Amino acid sequence: MQPFDYIKPQTLEEASALLLQHNGQARPFAGCTDLLIRIERGFVHPQVVVDVKDLPGVHDLLVVRNGDLRIGAAVTMNQVALNPTVQSGWPLLAEGCGSVASYQLRNRATVGGNLCNASPAADSAPALICYGASVHIFGPDGPRTLPLEAFFLGPGRTALQAGELLTAITVPFVRGSAGHFLKLGRTTIGDISLMNVAVLGWPDSDVPSGSSWRIALGSVAPTVIRAPEAERLLSQDTSPAGLEAASQAAAAAARPIDDIRATAAYRSDMVRVLTRRGVERVLEEIGG
Amino acid sequence: MKHDITFTVNDESYSIAVESHHNLLRVLREQLVLTGTKNGCSEGECGACTVLLDGEPVNSCLVLGVEADGHAITTVEGLAVDGHLAPIQQTMVELGGTQCGFCTPGVLIASHALLLRNPDPSEAEIRAGLVGNLCRCTGYVRIVDAVREAARMQRTSVSPIP
Repeated sequence: MQPFDYIKPQTLEEASALLLQHNGQARPFAGCTDLLIRIERGFVHPQVVVDVKDLPGVHDLLVVRNGDLRIGAAVTMNQVALNPTVQSGWPLLAEGCGSVASYQLRNRATVGGNLCNASPAADSAPALICYGASVHIFGPDGPRTLPLEAFFLGPGRTALQAGELLTAITVPFVRGSAGHFLKLGRTTIGDISLMNVAVLGWPDSDVPSGSSWRIALGSVAPTVIRAPEAERLLSQDTSPAGLEAASQAAAAAARPIDDIRATAAYRSDMVRVLTRRGVERVLEEIGG
Repeated sequence: MKHDITFTVNDESYSIAVESHHNLLRVLREQLVLTGTKNGCSEGECGACTVLLDGEPVNSCLVLGVEADGHAITTVEGLAVDGHLAPIQQTMVELGGTQCGFCTPGVLIASHALLLRNPDPSEAEIRAGLVGNLCRCTGYVRIVDAVREAARMQRTSVSPIP
């Protein structure tokens, strides 16, 4: 592995200054589970890695005053997936984080790192998008907050500017909701997603079907995407016919590619199948 | 660049200087000469390098050595107590859960950790707990048997090994 230096700053200002000062040659890291592999393979050549694990608040995993869940940037997949509060209030997120790789990898991999890598297959992202999560960023101009959907720009590309780092994620509580994360890999568990679907539904007396929905699709587009037409159709009709129409609309929202893991056609068809299964399971729980 | 770190490995304290770009696996194997922990894939897939970091299993190929500063590591060399094999080590031997042996140190650490957090795992829980440990010899059946038997031994033992 090519040599690099290691710095563990104690303040956000210091971390931001380090990232800026090395002009793209410094990389923030938390869990190391992606960055070290990329360095080893020669994809990135940082002079310095900036360990974020001593920064204030990055280990927070707590419910804040308005009921939102706050996840610090260094909180691991296992800490989220195994947390009873997350499991009861944000089960979709617990399922997504718990589906990542292996137990030992989830002990290091962080939700924040998963987002910053901006893989279309990031397993924490579809759930977070369904809950309407925001990301907190700190940079040379101070803090700012962005909706997660605006954070992803493309595969491996985020809205982070020079000198900026992700500090935390806020996940709203959706009252009465039920959600499921359905993931397809080459093996039943432990694999990267060929594609995945996150479905969140909750009772809503203001819409014709009596329930509102958010559906997010992973690994079928350059970023994790919503399926807004499918969501709209479900708010109109959750009968078997409505469900079929919504599942097809979700498949139509997908823009997958052929790659080593699956063909585009297969991915699109599995969006249809997993969306239907996910909605059926949620309907059973919220009563629809 | 070198960094001074102090950490414990298998309950022994070490103060050494490590290169910032060396992973914990390399520090353990090359500086501490604890070669039980193996280097398989170098990317967190195979689990041969699994060690305990503050009691929780991690892939030591994806931990920087410098990150171990102030922490406690357990490697396969630390599983036996006073020359007595841990239950999972005994049952792996007795039930033939090891063949070429390359994956075995990681399997032992991951299994040990699984039994610490779940003293009575189902077969599905054992397989899920070991999904990050690849074995190309055994077909896993005897590994699963060994973990189940070790769990039984630990539950019924009058003085369980901590």
